[in-house]
Amino acid sequence: MAFKRFVDRLPIIPNDAKEHTAVCHYCIVGCGYKAYTWDVNRQGGPAPGENKFGVDLAKQQAAETPAWYSPSMYNIVKQNGRDVHLVIKPDPNCVVNSGLGSIRGARMAEMSYSRTTQTQQQRLTDPMVWRYGQMQPTSWDDALDLVARVTAAVIKEQGEDGVFVSVFDHGGAGGGYENTWGTGKLYFGAMKIRNIRIHNRPAYNSEVHASRDMGVGELNNAYEDAELCDTIVAIGCNPLETQTNYFLNHWVPNLRGATLDKKKRLMPDEPHDKAKIIIVDPRRTVTVSACEAEAGKENVLHLALKSGTDLALFNAIFTYIADKGWVDREFIEKSTLRTPAARPPLFPARGVSDEKPGHLTSFEAAVEGCRISIEEAAKITGLAPADIVKAAEWIAMPKAGGKRRRTMFGYEKGIIWGNDNYRTNGAIVNVALATGNVGRLGGGVVRLGGHQEGYVRPSDAHVGRPAAYVDQLLISGRGGVHHIWGCDHYKTTLNADQFKRVYKRRTDMVKDAMNSVPAGDRDALVNAIMVAIRQGGLFAVDVDIVPSKIGQACHVWLPAATQGEMNLTSMNGERRMRITERYMDPPGQAMPDCLIAARLANHLERVFRAMGDAAYADKFKGFDWKTEEDAFMDGYHQHAPGGKFVTYERLRAMGTNGFQEPAVDFKDGKIIGTPRLYVDGVFSTPDGKARFMDAPWRGLQAAGKTEQQARFPFLINNGRANHVWQSAYLDQKNDLVIDRWPHAFIEMNPDDMKELGIQAGDLVEIVNDAGSTQAMAYPTPTAKRRETFMLFGYPNGVMGNVTNAGVNELVIPNYKQTWANIRKLASAPEGARHISFKDQHYRSA
Amino acid sequence: MRACKQLVEVGRRQFLRGGGSVAVGAAAAMVGGGEAQAASPALARANYPSTRLANIKDLKVNEPKDVTYPDADMPGVLLKLGKKVPGGVGPDGDIVGFTTICPHKGFPLFYRADDRTLNCPGHYSRFDCEAGGQQIWGQATQNLPQYILRVDAKGDIYAEGVDELLYGRLSNVL
Repeated sequence: MAFKRFVDRLPIIPNDAKEHTAVCHYCIVGCGYKAYTWDVNRQGGPAPGENKFGVDLAKQQAAETPAWYSPSMYNIVKQNGRDVHLVIKPDPNCVVNSGLGSIRGARMAEMSYSRTTQTQQQRLTDPMVWRYGQMQPTSWDDALDLVARVTAAVIKEQGEDGVFVSVFDHGGAGGGYENTWGTGKLYFGAMKIRNIRIHNRPAYNSEVHASRDMGVGELNNAYEDAELCDTIVAIGCNPLETQTNYFLNHWVPNLRGATLDKKKRLMPDEPHDKAKIIIVDPRRTVTVSACEAEAGKENVLHLALKSGTDLALFNAIFTYIADKGWVDREFIEKSTLRTPAARPPLFPARGVSDEKPGHLTSFEAAVEGCRISIEEAAKITGLAPADIVKAAEWIAMPKAGGKRRRTMFGYEKGIIWGNDNYRTNGAIVNVALATGNVGRLGGGVVRLGGHQEGYVRPSDAHVGRPAAYVDQLLISGRGGVHHIWGCDHYKTTLNADQFKRVYKRRTDMVKDAMNSVPAGDRDALVNAIMVAIRQGGLFAVDVDIVPSKIGQACHVWLPAATQGEMNLTSMNGERRMRITERYMDPPGQAMPDCLIAARLANHLERVFRAMGDAAYADKFKGFDWKTEEDAFMDGYHQHAPGGKFVTYERLRAMGTNGFQEPAVDFKDGKIIGTPRLYVDGVFSTPDGKARFMDAPWRGLQAAGKTEQQARFPFLINNGRANHVWQSAYLDQKNDLVIDRWPHAFIEMNPDDMKELGIQAGDLVEIVNDAGSTQAMAYPTPTAKRRETFMLFGYPNGVMGNVTNAGVNELVIPNYKQTWANIRKLASAPEGARHISFKDQHYRSA
Repeated sequence: MRACKQLVEVGRRQFLRGGGSVAVGAAAAMVGGGEAQAASPALARANYPSTRLANIKDLKVNEPKDVTYPDADMPGVLLKLGKKVPGGVGPDGDIVGFTTICPHKGFPLFYRADDRTLNCPGHYSRFDCEAGGQQIWGQATQNLPQYILRVDAKGDIYAEGVDELLYGRLSNVL
């Protein structure tokens, strides 16, 4: 039987409940929510005067009513030490989601920490240290003193390069401007840490270096552009599941023709129709099915290309539209580099230097460099030549009257974690620039995004480019201490099999050393740890909200607060910045990351001073923040572009609609933002001119991929599931999610399963030259033969185990092009016997 | 199946104009329940009516029968699936009932006989009638509310409760 809550009544929000502005904790879209709280011993009533909605709740409410909330939107939590009811429901007045909530965001209340309802009891409540062979609770001062002493000792012996750091760089829960600044000021301000990586990749680098090098910041349009364009090009993305309410609230209306009036009003001098959509993805995703249901098959072009061949496809489209003359000449002349640079001597094998793997040049030079015929591209991609031509026409063929077609390009992890990231990203931006689709209504060439954004840090220039491949350095025995902030390599890195083996061995050496001395003898403890480090051991500190998988190897856990337990600011995929106000208390002693960073800095200052190094100790001044607002004012307000216009008070007044960064003014009580970037045709390069990229196709780029493809029969494509947020760090304790996905799934063609003797729900092993992992087989009729899709980053089946160590020139991992063998391990376990294995795709009645 | 198709149309129209009532029947006369209950101790769970929905002879395998429960404002469906399923009653354990209002945003679901699922035209959610209404895929944060059914000696099928909160009401029994 499927999980049911047997909740048949919920407390009614009284009309005097407190209302807090909130944004979803999770994905890039940043749906607006309101959090309502009121004392636990009170409740509203059904009469209009007795409830927050002012409606008669004794009547059935209509579809899309704001006056209803599901059990997942309700909890009882602590607020300033008192028990309160909490309802977190989508805000109908937020322009992002217009009241829509996804299966992830609409569970925020249920995924909050509650002693009363016993939700999220996994949350860390106290600092924990390794004592007597296990993790034990302790005080902040005790834990931070140990971390500071070991860190200082390592710096004395190895310099700052002995300090390894893994840290989030995103917005939303587990990030945000306050916390990226807090950690950034510690590691890039007080210290100059070079061996640092980001939560989802093994180096400190951009996922979209190419777009930035071409002068095109990756979040350059507004969500409204999806309502206004003639054609949407969705590349390596699956927005129905991973940017749900952006897709439902802004793409679907255009696919249905529901935005025609708006198009005619805003762009009166050209013909308009409902949008067409091109979806570039080897897999038939639920997004494809939904688009067909809404727009009709004739308006959906699914280019199910061979995995990793997007570069050849986009170069063919670029060549074709250039040859046809379907380009924006005026834009190219005015806004792009017009003098071609000489091709580097070793190009295309190598760029001018390791840090510049591409060749940035003029439109004409890029067309010649990228030139590939439709037929040749068809051969590489496996697509029909006519479909590539159709894509070029839908993207760029002028509309009636010779009017320029408005096309929006959205891409995400299929490209970012895909073959030849740098050039493929460049090839997409080439097509957008050539057609004048940047900075215009209905245009944009954008990342669709994962987390929200929320980055403000001191310069990272000292890290260098290519940045250090941190995971490989850890595997090779480098580093003495590892600080981890909201990252879990055990679930979400590549080459994870080897990483875990080595990491466990190195951290076990330190655990054994710690076991050999009394925990209360601090000097002896630090000495024992340092002896182990000199022998190749690693001391690991994990800052997180829950015990993570990598935390199993760590020696100190520091409990962080999450969004809603602190005030937190972030921006979404159209740079819309909002504040989520604190509506509940953090669990136990948990603190915001920015304040943990500040207290660690305070302890480091004290320890270095005690060691007699006053000059180094002085570097840790400036961390006297008492609140997250102090960190915000020190960081975003002073250092972000337009930050001087932004304060907590002003953000509170801007509510769930906030403003779009960068802020340019504060007028009439409102922060004035920037709906679209580059409307003036001036790009983010020293001369303001955008660059095209000479980016020829060169096969599978990352080391070992070609050999792996030849050796192993099954493509192990991978990505997200609708039910699950990120690595399931909270979902792993959510009954609804675990009832549906007790194990990581792998979608397989039913005929492949038959051949291998695999039934629905069976546990299978996925094994190749990089490692092995397991998943639950899910028969999927739309899956191509030998092309599977595995859930990424799940706690009990880690796809990264079979992703090899190959990266691109700038150390971007390549998860998507992975090949392996599959074999049955066991029949469906008990937890998988009740679940549905029916097709996940919607079909119209 | 005609009734189901009508439901689809209702859902589509509502979605396109962005609202509308899910009520398919006349609004039930609302009595002053609050006052009446104030005099007696409140109950922890809603007091469900026992409502006769059909007789087992009325049901054919894989042909949905439209019903309402717990009142006329909440449409649902009775299904005989031809094999024993979770929550199933009757001599074959194969009769189940579900609300047909999507627990995500309140659009009417339609039944697909080819894979025995209830489907939402609003945001594409799909629920498996053979797996306790488990959401196969979708945006609802609940699996589909299923009826607690009883069959008496005459073969009359009664609904006597629901296992999840129904969309659009903060008490399953209004």
